[in-house]
Amino acid sequence: MSDPQSQEPKGAIAKFLAASPDSVGKTIFVAVAVCLVASMVVSAAAVSLRPVQEANKLKDKQVNVLQVAGVYEPGINVTEAFAAFEPHVLDLAAGDFVDDQFDPATFDDIAAASDPELSVALDDDPAGIGRKAKYRVIYLLRDDAGDLEKVILPLHGYGLWSTLYGFIALENNGNDIYGLQFYQHGETPGLGAEVDNPRWKALWNGKKLRDDAGDLQITVAKSQPAAGADFYVDALAGATLTSVGVDNLVKFWMGDAGYGPFLAKLQAGDL
Amino acid sequence: MSQTKKELLIDPLVDNNPITLQVLGICSALAVTSSLQVAFVMALAVTFVTGFASMFISMLRNQIPGSIRIIVQMVIIASLVILVDQILKAYAFQISKTLSVFVGLIITNCIVMGRAEAFAMKNPPIASFIDGVGNGLGYGLILMLVGFIRELFGSGSLFGVTILQTVNNGGWYVPNGLLLLPPSAFFVIGLLIWAFRTWKPNQVEEREYKIQQVEAH
Repeated sequence: MSDPQSQEPKGAIAKFLAASPDSVGKTIFVAVAVCLVASMVVSAAAVSLRPVQEANKLKDKQVNVLQVAGVYEPGINVTEAFAAFEPHVLDLAAGDFVDDQFDPATFDDIAAASDPELSVALDDDPAGIGRKAKYRVIYLLRDDAGDLEKVILPLHGYGLWSTLYGFIALENNGNDIYGLQFYQHGETPGLGAEVDNPRWKALWNGKKLRDDAGDLQITVAKSQPAAGADFYVDALAGATLTSVGVDNLVKFWMGDAGYGPFLAKLQAGDL
Repeated sequence: MSQTKKELLIDPLVDNNPITLQVLGICSALAVTSSLQVAFVMALAVTFVTGFASMFISMLRNQIPGSIRIIVQMVIIASLVILVDQILKAYAFQISKTLSVFVGLIITNCIVMGRAEAFAMKNPPIASFIDGVGNGLGYGLILMLVGFIRELFGSGSLFGVTILQTVNNGGWYVPNGLLLLPPSAFFVIGLLIWAFRTWKPNQVEEREYKIQQVEAH
C-alpha cells in the first residue's frame, strides 16, 4: 500500500486493503473483525487463567480461616494446615448440619444468598445484606484427641462503603470470642480499613458474646456499655460508620437470625 | 512530528506530562495513590495499556473507518484492560483485591484515549508504542510522587514498610487522616503543578483574558 496511486493493487486482499476505509462494506468488516479478534483474546485469557484465579481465591479464604483461628504462620503449607479444619454446611434456622444435602467442600454460601431457593429476604436487616442464605459453611477445629477446640463462622455486613466479609472464631463453649477477621472489604484505607489492624483485631480475643442471663451483649462502641468490659470492643477512631457496621453485623450473625440456634445447641452439648 | 524516539519517551515525563500539563487522568490518580504499592502496580498497568493500545491502533490506523474510530479504539483498549485485570487476578491476587474496580477504569482513563486519538492515529506503530509508554511513565511518575507523600504522611510507611511509627501501633507519629482520603490528592497534584510550572515557566498557560484597568476620571 506504499503508493496506491501509481501502482494498481493486485489480488482481492490487496484491493480490499487499499479500498477507502470509510466505505460501508469496510466499516462493517473492520467492526466485525476487531470485535472477533478482541473477544478471542479476552476469552482465551479468561479461560486459561481461570484455574490459577480460582486457586488464589480458595487459598485466600483458607488463609483467612487459618488466621482467624490463630494457626497461620507465614510460609506454612496452607492446604495441609487447612485439612485440620472440618467444614460443615449449617442450616441456620434449625442449627443443624445438613452435610447430606450439600457438599461442604463445594457449597458456596455467598452465591446461595442470591438464590431465592436457598435464601430469605430480610425485613429486619441491621447488617444491610438484603438477603440471607439459609445455609452457611462453617469450620470446626478439633484438637489431637478429637475434642472440639474452635468454631469458625463466616459473617458479613455493610460498613461505610462496602460489604465486609469475614470470619469469627469462637472457643468450644460457643460464647468466648477467639478472633474476628475480615478477608474482603472496601473501607477507607487508614480509617475504616483499620479493621485489618492487628492491634484492633487483638481486642476481640477473650471477649464474650452473651452474659450469664443469655442476652447478647457484645458491642463495638466508643465507650464501655453497662454490661462491662468483657462484652466491649473499642470502636475504631475516625471510622464511626465502619464501627457501627461491624457492631451491627456481629450482633446480627451472633443473634437469633444468625448463628443463635446453632450456638445454643453447641452450648447445650447437642452436637 | 519530527521528534526522535528518545524525545517521545522522555517528553511526557516532565515537559509534556499528561497529569500536570494536560491535566488528564486525574480521577484514577486520586483513587489509587493512598499507598505506593498500589500506585506502582496501577502505573505499570496503565503503561502497558497505553503502550500496546497505541501500537495496535497505529497498526490499524489506515484501515479504521473514521465513523467508528472511537469505538474501535475502545474495543482495543478494553480488551487490553481485561487482559491486565485477568493477569493481576491470577498472579497478584492481593494487589488486585486492593485495586479492585480501578483496573477496569483504565478503560476510561483519558490518557489512553488521548494518546490513541492524538498520536497513534497519525503515526507509525513503533513511535506510537514509545509515545504510549512515555505517557504511561509520565502518569506513573506523578502517581509515585503523590503516593509517596500520601503514604508517608497518611500512614507513616512507604511500600508498606513502617517509616514513621504511628500512634495506633504504639509509636509517636499522629498520621494525617486527610491524606488517606481521595480529596487530598487534589491538593498534592495542585502543589505539584505549581512546582512544575515554577521550575519550567513555559508550561504556564497564557491568560484567556486580561482584567481591564480603568482609569478614574
